[in-house]
Formats: sequence, C-alpha cells, structure tokens
Amino acid sequence: MIADIADLLVSATFWAATLRIATPYILGTLGELVCERAGVLNLGIEGIMTLGAMAGWMAVHQGADLWTGVLIAALAGAVLGSLHAVLTVPLGLSQHVTGIGVTLLGTSLSYYVYRMVLPQVTTPPTIEPFQPFAIPVLSDIPVIGPALFSQTPLTYVALAAVAVVAWVLYRTPIGLAVRMVGENPAAAEAQGINVTAVRMGAVICGSALMAVGGAFLTLSAFNAFFFNMINGRGWICIALVVFASWRPGKALLGAVLFAAFDALQLRLQQIVGPALPYQVFLMLPYLLSILALVLMSRRAAYPRALMIPFRKGERH
Amino acid sequence: MVSTPAVEPEVVLRLTGITKRFGALTANDAISLDLRRGRVMALLGENGAGKTTLMNILFGHYVADAGHIEAFGQPLPPGSPKAALAAGICMVHQHFTLADNLSVLDNVILGTEPLWRFWTDRGRARRKLVSLAERFGLVVDPDASVGALSVGERQRVEILKALYRDARILILDEPTAVLTPQESERLFATLKLLTAEGLAIVFISHKMNEVMAASDNVGVLRGGRLVAVRRTAETNRGELAELMIGRTLKAPTVEPMAAGEPVLTLAGVTVKAGGGNGQGMLDAVDLKIRRHQIIGIAGVSGNGQSALADLVSGLIVPDAGLLEVLGNGIARTGPGAMVRCGVARIPEDRHATGLVGDMTVWENLIAERYRLPEFSRFGFLKRGAARQRAEGVIKDYDVRCPGPDAVSRLLSGGNMQKLILGRTLSYGPGLILANQPTRGLDVGAVAYVHERLLAARAGGAGILLISEDLDEILALSDQIAVIHRGRLSPPQPRSAVTIRQLGLAMAGHWTELSEVA
Repeated sequence: MIADIADLLVSATFWAATLRIATPYILGTLGELVCERAGVLNLGIEGIMTLGAMAGWMAVHQGADLWTGVLIAALAGAVLGSLHAVLTVPLGLSQHVTGIGVTLLGTSLSYYVYRMVLPQVTTPPTIEPFQPFAIPVLSDIPVIGPALFSQTPLTYVALAAVAVVAWVLYRTPIGLAVRMVGENPAAAEAQGINVTAVRMGAVICGSALMAVGGAFLTLSAFNAFFFNMINGRGWICIALVVFASWRPGKALLGAVLFAAFDALQLRLQQIVGPALPYQVFLMLPYLLSILALVLMSRRAAYPRALMIPFRKGERH
Repeated sequence: MVSTPAVEPEVVLRLTGITKRFGALTANDAISLDLRRGRVMALLGENGAGKTTLMNILFGHYVADAGHIEAFGQPLPPGSPKAALAAGICMVHQHFTLADNLSVLDNVILGTEPLWRFWTDRGRARRKLVSLAERFGLVVDPDASVGALSVGERQRVEILKALYRDARILILDEPTAVLTPQESERLFATLKLLTAEGLAIVFISHKMNEVMAASDNVGVLRGGRLVAVRRTAETNRGELAELMIGRTLKAPTVEPMAAGEPVLTLAGVTVKAGGGNGQGMLDAVDLKIRRHQIIGIAGVSGNGQSALADLVSGLIVPDAGLLEVLGNGIARTGPGAMVRCGVARIPEDRHATGLVGDMTVWENLIAERYRLPEFSRFGFLKRGAARQRAEGVIKDYDVRCPGPDAVSRLLSGGNMQKLILGRTLSYGPGLILANQPTRGLDVGAVAYVHERLLAARAGGAGILLISEDLDEILALSDQIAVIHRGRLSPPQPRSAVTIRQLGLAMAGHWTELSEVA
C-alpha cells in the first residue's frame, strides 16, 4: 500500500488533478489576501464565489463566449465586493457581520437569478467548458509537462495571478499603500494616502479574484451550475490566508497542499477500499489543514489594522 | 514684537482666526499665529488647551470651522494631509504613525511617488535616505522592521520621513514624551541642524524646561485661546507657567516624616518573561517600602515597570524570591486578595484597566468590592449603598460628572483619575501602587493627584510610585530607584540624586547612580 501511495505521488495525473483542484483555492485565497492586507476581512467570499460561478456560467449559457463569461464573473464579484467595501470602509460596520450578510446575499441571489432564468429545468443544463490547453514544448517534459502545462486556461491565470499579486504588493507604490493601510491607516493618511479609496479598491479587486475562482468551477472543472457547488471552499480560503501568513507565494503553497490532500483522499479511497468508511477520507484534507494551520500560523504576523475600521478625523 | 523687523526672516506659515468646535467644546478659538523661516516656535499649554487640535488642523487631519491657513503665501486647502505635505508641511505625531511590520524604507517612501507605477525605485530611495540620515546624524538601518526599533529610533524614522519629503515646515507633537533626557538632548541638537538649513519648526510641549531650552518663540495656549506669544529669550518659566494655567500653582511640599513598619517587601524577586518580547521581566529585585514613605521608580517604559506593578496588584506571582505585602507572605494571590489586605491600586492605563468605560460611575466605584458584604447580600447587589457611596466619592473627590449614573467614558481624564482615587484611597489603604498616576493629566489635575497621594502618605500609607515623569518622581519621592531591563537600583534619598544622573541610569549607566551611594 505504501508503494501504491509512493507511485501516486510521482504520477503526473495525481499532480495534474491536484493543480486542477487547487485553482479555485488559489484564486479565492489571493482575493481574500488582498482584502485582508488592506485591513478588511471579507467573509463574503463564499457568496462572492457562488455569484461568480453562477454569473460566469449563466453568461456562457446565454450565448457569451467563455472568456466573456470569466469577465462577467469578475464584474459580478466586484459589484458584490463593492457592497462589502461600502458597508465596511466608509460606513465602518462590523466586518464579520457584513461579510456573513454578503455571503447570504450572494448565495441566495445566485439561486434566485438561476431559478428566474431557468424556472423549468430539473437536470442542470450544461455548457461547453474550457478544454485543457497543452503549452507547446513545455508540456512535453516528462511528469512535469503533463502535470503543469496541460491544464485549462484558468489554471494558468491563477498561477499568473500569484506572481502579479506578489509583484504588486511588494514592488509597486500602490502595493505599499495597500500594505500600509492594513498595518496602520493613520500612518498612511499622514503620508497623504486616501485610506478609504485604497481599502475599497483592494476589497473590490480581491472580490473580483474570488469570483473568478468560483467561475472556474462552472466554466472549467464542471460544465453546469448547481446549488451548494462552492461547498465551503470560501471558508477554506479564509483559513489558507492565515496559513499563508498573508503572503501570495505561501498562499499558492497552501492551496496546492490542501488540494493534494484532497486528491490523495480520492485515490486512497480506491487503494484502501472498504476497510475504512470513506467519510474518514473525506475528512482527511480538513484534518490535515487544521494541523498545518496550527503548525504554520502560530507566529504569523497578521496585518495590525485587520478588522479595525478607520474613521478620518476621529479624536484619538 | 519688540525686535527690529529687518533681521526677522520671512513668514512661512500664517494661521488666521482658526476656530474648531467638538460638540459643546471649543478646542480652538480664533487662533492667529505666524511662523518664520529657520525658527523654532514652541506651543505650550496644558492638556486640552488645544495644541494638538491646532496642529491637526494645520496638517489637514481636521477641518477648521472658521479661519484659514497660508503656507509660503499660498492658501492651504483645508482637511487634506496631502495638500499639507505638498506645501512642505510634515508632522511627527505624538503616537508615531509608523507600520510596525514594514521596514524603515517602506515607511519612509510611502506616498512619495505616484501610486500607479509598475515598480518602485528602491535603490534611489535608499541612497537618498542614507545620505539624509548621515547629514543630520539620524542613524537607522533602512531595512530594519520598525517594530524592532527603540522609541528613540522610531522618532528618527519619523523625522527622516519628513526630511525625505523635503519638508520645510516640521511639526513635532510632544516629541520628548517618550524619550530619556539624553535622547531629548540629541533631538534638540538635530532640530538645531534643521533650522540652520532653513526649516521652520513648531514643537508642542507642556514641559517648561524644554521650551526654554529649544525654542526661539513660544506661543501659550489656554482653554483653546492663544493667550500670549513671547520671544523665549525675553520671558521666563514663571511667567510662562502663569500664562499656561491662568493662576499660580504652588509646588507640592513633602513634609519630612519618620518611616514606619514595612508594608511591601520584595527580596530577590524574579519574574520571567511577562511579555512576549522579554520586556516584562524582573531580575532579582529587592525593595522595601515603609509606612509614611514614597518610593519613586524611574525608568523608560518597558523596562519591567509593568511586571512590578502587576506583582503588587496581585496579577502575577514571582517565579523566585519573596514577596510580602502588609505582613502577609504572598504565595498564591489575586487582585481580590490584594484589595482585601489593604492595597490600593492606581493602574497605569485608566481606559484599559482602570475603568470599564461603558459602565456607570457607581458600578465602577464598587468594582473592587462588589462581592463584599458592604455592597452585596445573598448574591444581590445593594444598589442603594453603592449609589450612596458614589455620591460620597463624587463630592469628596470633586469628580465633575452628572451623577452616579453617568457613563464613565464620558468623563475627562482628570475626573476619571479622581474616580479611581476615590474608589481606592477612601478605605485608608496601607500600600498604594501609583502607576503613572498623572500621565496625560493637566497641571491642575496633576496637583490634585499629588495632594491626595501626599495626604495618604501622611495618613500612614506606603506608596510605590512608578512614573516616567522625572519631575514628578523628584517632587514626591522620599527615595528614588531606577529600573532598567528588569533590574532595580538600590533606592537613593531624593536629595542625593540629580535629573542628569537619573537620566543616565535610565539608559543603563548604573555607575552614575551608585557613585552617589
């Protein structure tokens, strides 16, 4: 059995599956990370991902091409994200409560719109999803090629997003401003930064990323939208941000690790067979994630102003 | 002004008729002020006189209700720190505006470049920062994380931030509040270099000696009004003090008194790692306080004062050594046991641990004793007794508030402190822990707290006075000890130490103090 698992860990199909499973987590975690770096916890992620999944799919179902679908998903996420941003940044409401509200709204709105447009259907209608795109030359490398370079386009987008977010956060003035408003908004304001604008911008961009993560599920992984399809992925992303210590590179690592556990448990079910109830394997990724979270995040330096509303001109 | 106008440099900043109200309070009342090139203007005033409000208006944190500001002859748009920065005005806030998790360089360059660019020229930024640091003697590592720097170094970063932006007008809000006397001297030397380069500087203070030492002109604020502007060379401390508080205050007099039996004994007390950074610890501390005695503990904050205070409050127990309070050897204890055996506590932070802001005056007043028969019976509160007591304390301690049912957080700092004094001193305690008892209070309230502490001393209490204010330590203490990195120097009689020796001892130069012994 050990040999089976060892074989599995060097097989290209296992890692290809891992990367595929990881894609929505990568995008969702990056989106949440951008919000939190600016000091805003976005618990609306679950609803925003659901809305992204529905909006992207619906657009394609109504005749748009796939990339337009992705764009519409991002826009839908940005719109819902801007609701969260308005409530938490200029109005300074509780980020927890607002986020849960946004999740409830996003989820139920998605179902509502879906039912409005397709009132009669019993089996979910399907679309023609993104197909794997083998990158010439690179995909011919043994093991790594089929694992990394024969994915669907949105997986490449997710990987590119990691690099882009890391570059923006650490190498550009706007990234420094985002980090500063998450650490000490009063300091940022004293340096002439518009704290409200930077925070809102970060929440809106982050939400758009999350929504694209949701759209991956309907436009790439599956070809239909059905209820409960996000299934807690947003909450996992929240934990992955902590696991990543708010760093994009580690966010990628965390998402891939979690996805690897998930891919592993699927194969383990086949390898071990009925000796153990399959629910034990279903639990595995979550248990291992909790363990990893405990080990990794005890020393995490979280953004100091996370969850603290900033009100200009308030007497301190 | 009496001076010959020919030698006066040009006005770089002009405030005209600045007025700002917060609700019923007029924080600034028609203030007009000129600042000249290459000059240091001190703004002197009690807490609540409106100094910080005025500077926050100047820097655009607040918008004035009336009046306008001109910088270098151009009107300054109100309510915009960005506009103030563009006009060359920079501010070093009392509570530093730095992000602890970011590097010095990151903190300095934020906001100095257009936001929408694909990269940051960190090499150029670093060279500029290093050359400025060398030119003005403000040495600091550009890559250090700000959280790892000392308070003095953080202030250097704040000043570098201003210089990096080519500031021409620099506002310093209570710059010395957190510095040792030596660090303050170094700061003033830096300010001299800056004015020589043509910067105009405003510094806010309520410490007379600094104002006299470091300013060219001084503006005195009282109750939101600018009551006087003087040339520093043509005034004196007495006049300024009178202008500042509007009446003459006599210094507290400490009557010599024979010390009685010990009320607090620490022998070789060691506390390991209180805070995460090891700043909370105590290292083999010996201390004895007797009745009718005030022992002052001087030191820069974060050197073990909190651990000492927590020990006497009953919040922590020693890891090693002996602690005896009012004749009771303490092994396992708690705040409740300390209160019952006669320890009165004036905590360091009235908002965090002194009072529950959202609860009423009477509830806060019985917070230490609500379980005792005085205030409860069969598990029910005796509200009548509690209210009655609250009314008594409000009257005896002159707490200005609408009544026992007022919400505590609406009280001013001085009245909060009176409430805490009333809660604890009226029981005739044997040992008083006074931890920063006058921090952030104005001169009138400070005098009141000192008066009460001295009365308690006369009444037989021993007092452990922990303070960062050396003037306070020197004014009240019978004996003075210095705490540095968890070690406590042997107490010296007040008459035997000078402020300079204390300053050096606070920075860790022990020999200066022990030479006296």
